[in-house]
Amino acid sequence: MNKRRVVITGLGVATPIGIGIDAFWEGLLQKRCGIRRVEAFDPSGMPVRIAGELPAFQLGDFIPKAYRKSAKVMARDIMIAVVSAYHAVTDAKLVTKCIIERGEHPGPTNVDSTRFGANIGAGLICADLHELAGALATAADEQGRFDLLRWGAEGMNNLTPLWLLKFLPNMLACHVTIVHDAQAPSNTITCSEASSHLAIGEAYRTIARGDADVCICGGAESKTNPMAMTRPLLCGRVNIEDNDAPARASRPFAADRAGSVPSEGGGLVILEALDHARSRSAKIYGEITGFGAASSASSWSAPDPSGRAIAIALRKALADAETSADRINLVAPFGTGTHNYDSAESAAWNEVFGTWLSEIPAMTTRGAVGMNGAGTGAIDFAATVMAVARNTVPPSVNTSNPDPASRFNFVQDDPKDARVTHAITVSYALAGGQTAALVVRRFGEERS
Amino acid sequence: MKRRVVITGIGWVTPLGHDIESAWKRMLAGDSGVAPTTLFDASAFPTSFSAQVRDFELAKFLGVDAARHEGASRNSRFALAASAQAWRDAGLGDHALLDRTRVGVYLGGGEGPLDFFPFAEAALAGCRNKLGELTPLDTVRWSETALRVLNQTNELEQDPNLAGGHLAVQFRVEGPNVNTLTACAASTQAIGEATRLIQYGDADVMISGGTHSMIHPLGVTGFSRLTALSTRNDSCSTASRPFDRTRDGFVLGEGSGILILEELEHARRRGVRILAEIVGYGSTADAFRITDIHEDGRGAMAAMQRALQSAGMSPKDIDYISAHGTGTEENDKIESLAIRGVFGEDAKKVAISSIKSMVGHLIAAAGAVELITCVLAIRDGAVPPTINYQTPDPNCDLDYVPNAARKIPVRACLSNSFGFGGQNDTLVVKAWK
Repeated sequence: MNKRRVVITGLGVATPIGIGIDAFWEGLLQKRCGIRRVEAFDPSGMPVRIAGELPAFQLGDFIPKAYRKSAKVMARDIMIAVVSAYHAVTDAKLVTKCIIERGEHPGPTNVDSTRFGANIGAGLICADLHELAGALATAADEQGRFDLLRWGAEGMNNLTPLWLLKFLPNMLACHVTIVHDAQAPSNTITCSEASSHLAIGEAYRTIARGDADVCICGGAESKTNPMAMTRPLLCGRVNIEDNDAPARASRPFAADRAGSVPSEGGGLVILEALDHARSRSAKIYGEITGFGAASSASSWSAPDPSGRAIAIALRKALADAETSADRINLVAPFGTGTHNYDSAESAAWNEVFGTWLSEIPAMTTRGAVGMNGAGTGAIDFAATVMAVARNTVPPSVNTSNPDPASRFNFVQDDPKDARVTHAITVSYALAGGQTAALVVRRFGEERS
Repeated sequence: MKRRVVITGIGWVTPLGHDIESAWKRMLAGDSGVAPTTLFDASAFPTSFSAQVRDFELAKFLGVDAARHEGASRNSRFALAASAQAWRDAGLGDHALLDRTRVGVYLGGGEGPLDFFPFAEAALAGCRNKLGELTPLDTVRWSETALRVLNQTNELEQDPNLAGGHLAVQFRVEGPNVNTLTACAASTQAIGEATRLIQYGDADVMISGGTHSMIHPLGVTGFSRLTALSTRNDSCSTASRPFDRTRDGFVLGEGSGILILEELEHARRRGVRILAEIVGYGSTADAFRITDIHEDGRGAMAAMQRALQSAGMSPKDIDYISAHGTGTEENDKIESLAIRGVFGEDAKKVAISSIKSMVGHLIAAAGAVELITCVLAIRDGAVPPTINYQTPDPNCDLDYVPNAARKIPVRACLSNSFGFGGQNDTLVVKAWK
C-alpha cells in the first residue's frame, strides 16, 4: 500500500527564549539564552537555583472566552500545551473551533474534526506543591507528625474535588482536543524526554496510513517547580555548579559540561497529509520522511556507554526515509549537558555518521533552553524544521569548548547559511531507555 | 499490504491470581477480588477497600533475575511478572532466533506512586514552623527535608516509562519502546498502537499491555475527591456493580496484563501456537469536556465504529463485548447507549460483561487484562459474568451476562476502554483458524 506523504504546516512553541515560532527562531538566531535565577519560587534552599522559565503569558489569549474557567484544572504543563497548540494552529492557518469562538475567523472550519488527531507527549506532572503540601500539613498529629487517618478522614478535603484532573498526563491532549475540536486518534505518550519524538513519529504514521488527515503533536512539560527540580537532583544529573553563571550553565557536549539545567516549555506542530495541505494551499515547512524508535536493553537508569539505542534509532529513521547518513546535511543531537549521557550520544552519532559528522553543521537548543522533559524534543524538532525551511543553521549556545570525543560541528556566533535538504533529530529518555529519531526533508527535494 | 498481527502469548497479574488459568477459572466462577485495603491503613478514607494483588513475589516469575530489579515499583514488578508469563507462553525463551532490534515494548503503564510518607514529612516541614503552626509553604524548609528524605530510586520509578525500561532490559529487546498514559484507556491504546507498529513494518514482535497500581494513599485520595469510587465499605465484595441501577462508583484494582503480539509469518516460521488475531483498532477523542463523557456517546461510538471498520467486520460478527463498564453512573449509561448506537438491533443479542465487577478497575492496565479475557473467551467458548448485578437499570438494558458465566461460541470480541478526559479506544480480536 502506498504511504501518504506527510508535511509540516504549523509550528507552535513555548520556550524560555520565546513563545511562538518567530520569537523562538529569532532568539536562536540571536544566540539568546533563557536560563536565569528561578523566579517562580524561592530556590535559595536548593542546590540548583537557576532554570529556564517561560516569558509571562496570559492563558486567556489562547483559548475561547468560555473555556477560561477550565484554567482552574490546568497544571502548568497543560497550559504550555494549550499555548503551543494555539500557536501551531494559527501558524498553520487552520480554522478550528477555538479560532472561530475567539472571533478570529468567521468560519467554517477548514479541518474535519473526525479526521483531526492529537498525539501529545507529557511528563510525570508534578503536583502543585503549595496546594498538596499545604493540604498534607493539615493532617498532623499532636506531635506534629503526619497522620494518615487524619488525612483520610479530613485532610484530603483541603484538595479541590477535581484535584486529580490537573495532573493526569493525558489532560494535555484532552484540553487541546476540546479547545480545537480534534476527534480523531488521540494519544498521550509518556516517555520522559523521548515523548515528543515518539508522539510526532506516531502521528506521522497515523496520517501516512490514513487514520487521520491532520494531527497536532509534540509535547510539553514544566520542570521548574520544586518537586520537578528535586527529582533529577536526587539522580545527580543537574548542574549545581553554575548558579552564579546561568547563561553558561547548560553546555551540551562541552569538555567541561557539568549537568543538565531544568526548564519548562514545549512545542506542538501540525502534521498534515500532503494532499490535504495542498487542497487548502497551506504553507509547507518541510516533509517528515523518517521515524525510528529503539530501546536500551542495558539499563533503565543509566546510559549505555556505546549509545547503542541511539544508533539503532538513527539507522532506522534513515532507512525509513530511504536515505543515508551521507545525504544528511544537518544533525540535531539531543545533548543533555551531563557527562555520561553526552558521551554515549556522541559515540552513537560517531558510529552512524563516521567522519561525515564533522563535515556537516550541527545544532542543539539545549544550551539556550535547558531540559524541559517531554517538551524538549518538540522544541528541537521545531528548530530543525525551521533550519530546513529557512536554509539557515542557528548558532548553538555554549558549544565553543567541545569534548574532543564529540565530532559535532556546531555553528558558533552568526547563523550559517546552508542548503539543508535532509536533517535528523533524536531524543531519548534519561531513565527508561526509550529513544526516537526523526528525519525532515526539504519540501520538493524528493528527487535529490 | 498491511501485515497481519496475531497473539502468541499472554500473561497477567490480577487480584484474582497471578497466572492465566487460575485467575480465569475464578472469573468464570464469578469470584470477587475485592476486600478491605491492606496496602496502607485506609480505614479513615471514604473508601477503605480495593481489589489488591495479594501474595505477589517477583522471584516466582523471574527467579534469580528478580534481584536485578531491586527497588522497582509495583507497576514495574507486575509488568515483569506478566511479561515473563507471556514471553514463556509464546515460546520466546530462545533469544538467539530473534532480531532484537525488531522486538519492542508498548505499554499503558501508569505513573508510580508518590513516595508518600517521606513526601508528607517534607510537606509538614515546609508548611509548619518551629512552633508547629501552619504556615504558607516555605520552599527553603521544604527542600532541605525533601532532599534528605526522598531517594533516587523511588523518584525514578514514578516515571510511567520505567516499567518499559525494566522489560527491555529483562527481555533484551531493542525495538520501539513506548508508553502511553491515556488514563483508563491506556493499555487498550498501547495494544492498538503496537499492532499498528507490526502491521506497518516498524517491528515484528511487541510485548504489549499495561500495568498500574493506584492503590496508594494519594491515588485513593484523587479518586475519592472526584467521588468516583464506590463507598460501600460495609459490603465491599458487592461494591463493584457495573450496569446495576444501584451502582455508586468504581472499585480500584491493580495488576498487569501483557500480550505477545507477533507478525503472522514470523509466528508461523517459529511454529508457535496462535491464540487469536488482532483485527481492529479505533482511537478517538470526545473533544467534549474534561469532566464528562459526551452525552450521546459520540467518541465511544466512533471508536467502536473505527475498530469494526478497520477489521472489515460488522456488529453481527461480534459475539462478546468486554465493556469498559466501570460501575459509575455516567460511564455505564453512555457505554450502553453507544453500543446500541453502533450495534442497532443486534445490541440486545450480543453478550456484554465487565470483569471490573470482579477485579476492580486496573486503570491503565484495565484494557490489557480485559483483552486477555477476550482471548480466553474465544479459546474456551465461555464469557465471564458481570457479578453483583441485581437491579436492572432502564438506561442499561442490554445483556450483561449477569452473575454467571456463559458457554457460547465466540468468534470475535470487541473490547472497550474509555479514559478520563475523553480518549476512547476499542480493539477487535478474532478467533484464529
